[in-house]
Amino acid sequence: MLALLPQLVLTGLTVGSIYALVALGFVVIYNVTGILNFAQGEFPMLGALLCASLLAGGLSVPLAAVAAVAAVCVLGALVERLAVEPAYGSHPLTLIIITFGVSMAFRGLALMVWGADPYTLPEFTPGAPLVLLSGVLTRQAVWAIGLSLAVVAALFLFFACTVPGAAVRACADNPFASRLVGISPRRTSLFAFTLSAGLGAVAGIVIAPITGATYDMGLGLGLKGFVAAVIGGLTNAPAAVVGGYLVGLIEALATGFLTPGYSGAITFLVLLLVLFLQREGLLHGAQRRRA
Amino acid sequence: MTAPLLEVCGIRTRRGGIEVLHGIDLDVRAGEIVAVIGPNGAGKSTLLGTIAGVFPPAGGRVRLAGHDLGRRAAEEIVRMGVCLVPERRQIWSGLTVRQNLLLGGYHRYWRDRAGVRADVARPLRIFPKLAELIHRAGGHLSGGEQQMLAIARGLMSRPRVLLLDEPSLGLAPRVVREITQTLEQLRRAEGLAVVLVEQNVKAAMLVADRVCVMERGRIVLRGRPAELLAHPGVRSAYLGKGYEVAG
Ligand SMILES: Nc1ncnc2c1ncn2[C@@H]1O[C@H](COP(=O)(O)OP(=O)(O)OP(=O)(O)O)[C@@H](O)[C@H]1O
Ligand SMILES: [Mg+2]
Repeated sequence: MLALLPQLVLTGLTVGSIYALVALGFVVIYNVTGILNFAQGEFPMLGALLCASLLAGGLSVPLAAVAAVAAVCVLGALVERLAVEPAYGSHPLTLIIITFGVSMAFRGLALMVWGADPYTLPEFTPGAPLVLLSGVLTRQAVWAIGLSLAVVAALFLFFACTVPGAAVRACADNPFASRLVGISPRRTSLFAFTLSAGLGAVAGIVIAPITGATYDMGLGLGLKGFVAAVIGGLTNAPAAVVGGYLVGLIEALATGFLTPGYSGAITFLVLLLVLFLQREGLLHGAQRRRA
Repeated sequence: MTAPLLEVCGIRTRRGGIEVLHGIDLDVRAGEIVAVIGPNGAGKSTLLGTIAGVFPPAGGRVRLAGHDLGRRAAEEIVRMGVCLVPERRQIWSGLTVRQNLLLGGYHRYWRDRAGVRADVARPLRIFPKLAELIHRAGGHLSGGEQQMLAIARGLMSRPRVLLLDEPSLGLAPRVVREITQTLEQLRRAEGLAVVLVEQNVKAAMLVADRVCVMERGRIVLRGRPAELLAHPGVRSAYLGKGYEVAG
């Protein structure tokens, strides 16, 4: 039984790194706009499927990946401008329901464009898997963990050490004072959606060679990323990354030691527990922003 | 007489559905310091906020160097050279003093990154205390230090018109004198125009060229400090009985 452990941990870290990216998308948008963006899971789906189509169209893997991420960034910006921005000032619940609507629209659109069958993406660098302790780590898993860590580090540097990054944090902290120095909350919100969409697309493209890509993969990824973000308190980016790895590990261990069918249930048990333990309601941030 | 740099004509502003400014007129020339005093709730902060674009006026207009600011947003108005240092400081508590200062120059950051970085030294010369705290989070400063930071951040935007809302609040008299000297120097060197809202009427009278008294959304009295000091109503309402002009 315990012999399984290293393998399960490696699997958990791999999917966890993907959940971490999706969770970061939640946190960035929530911090800047006070909105819980439940369309967050659709960005990995769109990234993966767009990448698959571009590959089928003859592009090389790096080119297709970059183009797919860029396209999803544009989609994220369009979501903000067309669906979210016009509704600013409404009740936070309205905004959240809008993001649910966006999510369903994307899923329906994806079903029409790509159909219900799964797509496979080639591994970035095909080859024999690495053996670590008694577990195996595919090369794509190394890509997933490495790329996600690199993105997290870059994001951390951006927010901690650059003036534009500080401007985004300033806008999340005090939008009124930010306007007085020339930081536009409208533009910052647009940026947050663009960035989060890009993060999601990277996650989807890097995991698709392992899990495949389907029109409805966003549902699971979005919910897992959401749980991870909630574990991190929704506003704390490093904690959300840890939350992502935690959810990945819990899921992998539950799959290995219980039955695979329970893994989803366990994740949501964790969500309920975390929500129960958190004093402030989820809408707290959004309400504060409206005041 | 030079033309005014800032012209406020017949401004009416509503807050929470109620009109709180009922037609305010105010001119400020380059290099001039105009103080606005008045009781709590008179509408002083609302007036500064309206000029800065935070509250869209329901009527009237604001002009800067002859150009109508129209209904521009606050983030555009700071770019045009009008900077509000708001009441209650409003610094970013999670950012360091240095980041707070850098962001003060944000509106020109994309055009002049090196210039904004170099400019940080300027407010630090005025407030040496901030230089010692440069890597401290804004939320971990004392009230007076935060007030210094708020003013320093305002100067980072290199304004032509500076709107100061109760800048002396919580500051030691020596720091207030330093701020006053800074304003004197900036208006002479750069022609900075200042609208100064103050509860500390004595301090305002000392530095201002002209004073406006606001009550219930109207300017009820205006004149040079010496004229207002001679006004019996002003003296009893704002300066207390024992106040001497020479004091
Ligand atoms: N958010 C708001 N909604 C409704 N009315 C408001 C709001 N904020 C302020 N007011 C009202 O507007 C009027 C002017 O307020 P303002 O803050 O401009 O006064 P002030 O002269 O700056 O007072 P103070 O000296 O206390 O700072 C007051 O009567 C106040 O009650
Ligand atoms: Mg006020």
